[in-house]
Amino acid sequence: MTINRRIFLGTAAAATMAAPMVMGASHGRPRVVVIGGGAGGATAARYVAKDSKGEIDVTLVEPTRSYYTCFFSNLYIGGFRELSSIAHSYGTLASEYGINVVHDWAVGIDRDAKTVSLAGGDTLPYDRLILSPGIDFVEGAVPGWDISQQGRMPHAYKAGSQTELLKAQIEAMPEGGVFAMVAPPNPYRCPPGPYERVSMVAHKLREENPTAKILIVDPKQNFSKQALFEEGWAKHYGGMIERIGPDFGGENVSVDPMAMTVTIDGAVENVDACNVIPAQKAGRICELAGITEGNWAPVVPQTMQSRMDENIHVLGDATNQGDMPKSGFSANSQAKVAAMAVRGALTDSRVFPAKFSNTCWSLIDTEDGVKVGATYEATDEKIAKVDGFISDTGEDEDLRRQTFEESLGWYAGITSDMFG
Amino acid sequence: MRHAVLILSVCAAITTAARAEEGARPIGDAERGETVFARKCASCHQVGPDARHRIGPHLNGIFGRKAASFPEFNYSRSIERARDDGLVWDLRRLDAYLENPKALVSGTRMNFAGLKNQRDRDDVLAYLRIFSDNPQNIPEAAPTARKMEVDLPEEVLSIEGDAAFGEYLSSECTTCHQVDGDNDGIPSITGWPEEDFVVAMHAYKQKLRPHPVMQMMAGRLSDEEIAALAAYFKGLE
Ligand SMILES: Cc1cc2nc3c(=O)[nH]c(=O)nc-3n(C[C@H](O)[C@H](O)[C@H](O)COP(=O)(O)OP(=O)(O)OC[C@H]3O[C@@H](n4cnc5c(N)ncnc54)[C@H](O)[C@@H]3O)c2cc1C
Repeated sequence: MTINRRIFLGTAAAATMAAPMVMGASHGRPRVVVIGGGAGGATAARYVAKDSKGEIDVTLVEPTRSYYTCFFSNLYIGGFRELSSIAHSYGTLASEYGINVVHDWAVGIDRDAKTVSLAGGDTLPYDRLILSPGIDFVEGAVPGWDISQQGRMPHAYKAGSQTELLKAQIEAMPEGGVFAMVAPPNPYRCPPGPYERVSMVAHKLREENPTAKILIVDPKQNFSKQALFEEGWAKHYGGMIERIGPDFGGENVSVDPMAMTVTIDGAVENVDACNVIPAQKAGRICELAGITEGNWAPVVPQTMQSRMDENIHVLGDATNQGDMPKSGFSANSQAKVAAMAVRGALTDSRVFPAKFSNTCWSLIDTEDGVKVGATYEATDEKIAKVDGFISDTGEDEDLRRQTFEESLGWYAGITSDMFG
Repeated sequence: MRHAVLILSVCAAITTAARAEEGARPIGDAERGETVFARKCASCHQVGPDARHRIGPHLNGIFGRKAASFPEFNYSRSIERARDDGLVWDLRRLDAYLENPKALVSGTRMNFAGLKNQRDRDDVLAYLRIFSDNPQNIPEAAPTARKMEVDLPEEVLSIEGDAAFGEYLSSECTTCHQVDGDNDGIPSITGWPEEDFVVAMHAYKQKLRPHPVMQMMAGRLSDEEIAALAAYFKGLE
């Protein structure tokens, strides 16, 4: 049984597992292991450590030393932020909150033994496991593209070097060249993300390469904040952006990264830069843990526990939870609910009813910010939307500037809520 | 919490029929309002033909005007934010502002305890109305038909906030509001007196304060939850 459930990411990892070493067991204290130091995981680790005041031993497993936020990575492409300004390290979580930060990959989860195995060979025991690994891409989603092609046709949907590469490719476009985006089907990380990105690319091209064109190939009939983006595109970038929806072949697309072509319903287009954002699924570790159903990990809304294992909580993009969009704000909100539930289960701290909220800001052009948001509650079936709002078309410049400034405040707020 | 007697006025919709029956009546007694104004407001504000900005901006044309809208006047960041969020001086907001300026605009420079007496407010507003050409949302009917007073009942105000619950709830605030008190783009909420906090949340809840995110967040908070948050934030000081 144990052996069946112990699943490995690869043979190299399996080999190093031959002599497992158990570490991090501070005797007596309940142990929480968090996998993934992003919007969900970093927040959860920080809140469990902070609020349990040393009663719980917290280990955070995250392979990278610098986390680049996807949020505001589009603003980097547009030239509104430096790349270094969206990078965050884990130093404060370790030094001020006493979190044991382990820079490694989790490669297996033994749910019976309640241990996590790491690529480096170590094994971490847990009383509760929190998984917030974000997304991976569905293989074969865009014919002609796989992850080995991300150097020629970047996804830039995990921020950092991919984002840098995409920006460099846009800068290298010939005068009057074509930038193409293959947009993802629902559900995916950050519903307005691709369209904010198009806005930022358009902003950049308007300054640097004004005769260039942007082509969006989109399998979806509609998209997030559509009226706001389309109004903004017409106002700021008239004629530069063309979107091909499903009625015109947007769902029948393939790419050839070597030839730099995109084929839409049989018609071959030559492109100069191409951003492929494939269909998505929960970070692979969820699948390896056997807690997915379809592409995502279903959770119990009140506590964010996996529906398949009460000792595992899953957060953020990887989950199937109901009405919340896959956003950093949502992951952060869910993390606090999970942290409370975990503390309640492992210590005698009080447990309150779950509350969730989300707001997503997007930038259309300089100081032209818009937002959409909602609040949510836990029902037995799902996280259900309670109330919401969205910016209006035709808002005046002051309000749009204020909305943009607010997004700067939010960025500062959420990153200090994640990293201390 | 004891003395946080908050009275938020809400305009009741009045039908044309009711107006016809009662005839047009002023908001209050403008003549008496002039005396109240002279006593309480005139040290900072001018109104009338020769009015100019003093410590506070002049008040000609105040009804229906966007808040903080004189470019030459040096406003607080707080009221400019409220302006950009869409705060317009209609009767209901003016009334709330006069009663307790901080309920509507936390960081206002208007250093004024507020006119707690409804009659004083009615009369001052009736006086100011004379100097507004184009008043909005001023039903010209009997004061009793004009307003429905929504007190926050004493039981609500005396709720003993559960600070531990407030700490959990506050985690929803800190996604945007930085705990270290930085306030670029989003105002700081640390070091906020309990009473002001409660009043501000209820003003969002009743949509007196503009801002869609805060109206939504506060709109969902129960009276107990607002009290809990207030108790927690107070403990932070
Ligand atoms: C272009 C773009 C713009 C966006 N803009 C916004 C925005 O404005 N507002 C907003 O709220 N959201 C935005 N988002 C969405 C937001 O980035 C995600 O929803 C959020 O990061 C999800 O958090 P998470 O914890 O689920 O995953 P992530 O933040 O991706 O964190 C997952 C972490 O887990 C680690 N990991 C994965 N597998 C393993 C493993 N096996 N072992 C150890 N560690 C592992 C990864 O290295 C990663 O650091 C945007 C996204 C994109 C792509």
